[in-house]
Amino acid sequence: MGSGTSTAESANAHDHDDHHHDLPFLKKYIFSTDHKIIGYQYGFTALIFLFIGFYLMMVMRWSITTPDKPLPGLLAAFLNDSWLSDEGRVTGDLYNMFGAMHGTIMVFLGIVPLAFGAFGNFVTPLQIGAPDMAFPRLNMASYWFYFLGGVTMLTSFFIPSGAAEAGWTMYSPIATTAQLDEPNLWYTGQTFWLFGMVMLISSSLLGAVNFISTIINLRCRGMTWMRLPFFVWAMMVTGFLLLLAFPPLEVAALMQLMDRLAGASFFIPTGLNFTGAGSVDAGLLDVAGGGSPLLYQHLFWFLAHPEVYVLILPAIAIVGEIIPVNIRKPMWGYKSMVYAVMVLGFLAFIVWAHHMYLTGMGNVVSTFFQATTVIISIPSVVLLSCLFISLWGGSIRFTVPMLWALAFLPMFGFGGLTGLPLAFNFIDLHLHDTYYVIGHFHYIVAPGTIFGLFAGIYHWFPKATGRMMNSKLGHMHFWPSLIAMNGIFLPMMIQGMSGFHRRWYDGGINFEQIAGQVLFEQDSIFAKIFSLVPGIESGKTIEMIDLNHVMTFSVWILLIGQLPFIFNFIFSIFKGKKVETDNPWEATTIEWLAPNKPGHGNFLSEPIAYRGPYEYSVPGHEKDFSPQFERGPDGVILGEEDPIEESEGAQ
Amino acid sequence: MNILGLINELIGLPELASEHGGMVDHMLEMVHWLVAVLLIGWSVFFVYCLIRFRQKRNPKASHAGVKGHASTHVEVAVVAIEAILLLGFAFPLWAVRSADFPTGPDVIKVRAVGEQFKWTMHYPGLDGTFGMTKPELISGNNPLGRDPEDPNGKDDFVYTELVLAKDRECIVTVSSKDVIHNLALHPMRMAQDAIPGSIADMWFKPIKTGRWETVCGQLCGAGHSGMVGYMEVKTQGEFDAWYKENAPSPNPEKSSGDSSEEGKAKS
Repeated sequence: MGSGTSTAESANAHDHDDHHHDLPFLKKYIFSTDHKIIGYQYGFTALIFLFIGFYLMMVMRWSITTPDKPLPGLLAAFLNDSWLSDEGRVTGDLYNMFGAMHGTIMVFLGIVPLAFGAFGNFVTPLQIGAPDMAFPRLNMASYWFYFLGGVTMLTSFFIPSGAAEAGWTMYSPIATTAQLDEPNLWYTGQTFWLFGMVMLISSSLLGAVNFISTIINLRCRGMTWMRLPFFVWAMMVTGFLLLLAFPPLEVAALMQLMDRLAGASFFIPTGLNFTGAGSVDAGLLDVAGGGSPLLYQHLFWFLAHPEVYVLILPAIAIVGEIIPVNIRKPMWGYKSMVYAVMVLGFLAFIVWAHHMYLTGMGNVVSTFFQATTVIISIPSVVLLSCLFISLWGGSIRFTVPMLWALAFLPMFGFGGLTGLPLAFNFIDLHLHDTYYVIGHFHYIVAPGTIFGLFAGIYHWFPKATGRMMNSKLGHMHFWPSLIAMNGIFLPMMIQGMSGFHRRWYDGGINFEQIAGQVLFEQDSIFAKIFSLVPGIESGKTIEMIDLNHVMTFSVWILLIGQLPFIFNFIFSIFKGKKVETDNPWEATTIEWLAPNKPGHGNFLSEPIAYRGPYEYSVPGHEKDFSPQFERGPDGVILGEEDPIEESEGAQ
Repeated sequence: MNILGLINELIGLPELASEHGGMVDHMLEMVHWLVAVLLIGWSVFFVYCLIRFRQKRNPKASHAGVKGHASTHVEVAVVAIEAILLLGFAFPLWAVRSADFPTGPDVIKVRAVGEQFKWTMHYPGLDGTFGMTKPELISGNNPLGRDPEDPNGKDDFVYTELVLAKDRECIVTVSSKDVIHNLALHPMRMAQDAIPGSIADMWFKPIKTGRWETVCGQLCGAGHSGMVGYMEVKTQGEFDAWYKENAPSPNPEKSSGDSSEEGKAKS
């Protein structure tokens, strides 16, 4: 079997597909227990949330760059008028609301569900040759918890208080005391956020348990540990991260909920005295007190740092799948990558307090967390190095998914390396919570993870739909996105070094000294180039604050760059070029054995793994790819009688 | 141009005005060099591969790929450099910041108390000892809730800006009345979270006179971006004059007050 025998197979696939037309629509597409349908559900929902998160960011960027101008109709159309100032400008409250929800939506409702929920669900069982996930109903429950969490978060925009507004971190006491002036505390965005999080966390926990069980138990014959595609390894580590890191945040969310609604004081110290400038009446806060705001930070970051790796690992894994296919050679250092990802998963749990360097950390604690934080850079560098080195000696095909995967490498590399200065407590004295940090992690997540996810969409699209996405439109999506992403995030690094802090809704106009630092003198060539950017007057000295115009301009380019994708994605599902074979990329992993648009149960015959996952250009073989699922001249089923051979076989 | 300041100079840092701040900048520069070397190394390798091994130029891929151990050596080198950065710089430098506080009568002590959306500075007056503060006493005229009964507090005074003296070490005790703030002093390369319910000290030594903005570095509500404060470093003479002018003369009754006054210098 393989690409050669596809015609008959496609016919089969059609029959195969037919048999579950019997299921009523609701069961087949809405309350489905099929991992692929659930994957699509996750994918569609998450893409919608990514665009919602993008929209929130556009409003924020408008406010940062032009705080004195009313929000243009295009952006204001979706907003409740009472949220804007009388002149139609974005207010500090609205900015904080959108900032908190941008982070929440992007992380918990956009990227993780797309990376782990959609790709994990669709690809993992196919790659290990399983008919479905281990617990299909749990899988369905996981999606619906996620959906409910998302609905709760979205609904909170439309209640009188508006959505949560205390940063995506929701530190106490600001989060606990926000919107306290509302008559019914149950009916506030802050409270909705906590309920939403409890649902999202429950969803992730169900998913994590399912992934781990599936990978351990449902591997097909011959699929030994060291024959697992790297993607599956990464999913397993991600599953453990979610499983072990999320419960503390669930607890923290419930405790904060008790603080808000039931008069508890887990995170509220004694003697808070408000000025009345916020939503709390002036005077002493009437609570029991005795709680610790720092406790919340610990619980939060104990989740939120591993969460960073939950954001990254699936993207590295997708890129790790796409690169071998498109360079026609094995991934370099497969075993190193597997071990690196495990070490990374472990270390991810003991670096969290580097987010809290400025809380007044003592010497011993700081020493520990600086050491672990620097050490975690080592497996990260190993992963990235292996992917870079893989390119050497390859025969590189610049397909659209490969473009995204290739761009991921330097972008993620830059994002990762700029984390190094932040690892040191001493340097953090200057860079903490500046735009340097924002640039750093957005490089990892935006042109990093999101590029990886786009790569995955273009790569597995033919398997999911039986059709290709248009490659011209793919280029029109890729190049503007690449340029615009750098146009947004590179200036952040520069602003951050000069002392610009995050969460300034007006972009820093109040800080004349910081904002006014000279970037380029009036008559320099760079100043002339910068004056081409809309919003920057020509012939003026370029100040740090002018970089805001560059970023906002880039955001509009990024928006326009996504239009070809939206069109391409929807158009190709129905009208894209049909793929002639089940293995259009001539890839080696088992998902390409399954018929396109796999039916329930996935495979037409029992999949068996005969070799490692990335056997391309094997000397002596006829074709330049030797799929795991083809016996060929040298295929061996391992893991049944003779596990000792395993390690040799895997290479 | 100083090569050991090249990256800082290219990207730009705010004015530097503290003794240890030079070391912050220096360390930032060193780490950025490591970043730059790795980034440039990777990029050159990357671009070379994309050109040299494109399908047209290299139609047949090699199964084995790279055989040498260069990457291991690079990895070991990175580990070694990071170890030096940690052991040689990061640990000892932070130890000085977090544990090696200056002592003696010359040290300027200030309490910086954050609230939505401003800072109030509390100076201990000529006796060098802070009077007691109590949250329940906070009012419009008494922003920090200073206890009028406390004899140590008689010569205390509050000020809206952080005023310090050049070449004199200072300890700023940071706390908050309501939510978490952060007192970020960029020219001093210094910052400290202001967490309600707890106090945290930071210390540094200004080496330049001037007046700069201070930033609230932690989201504290709708007015967060307007929470601009100011700090001023004066010469010793100017500082003394300013201090005397603001500090009420110590209460003459102080000596006759009760003697259980230890540990009053806290909120």
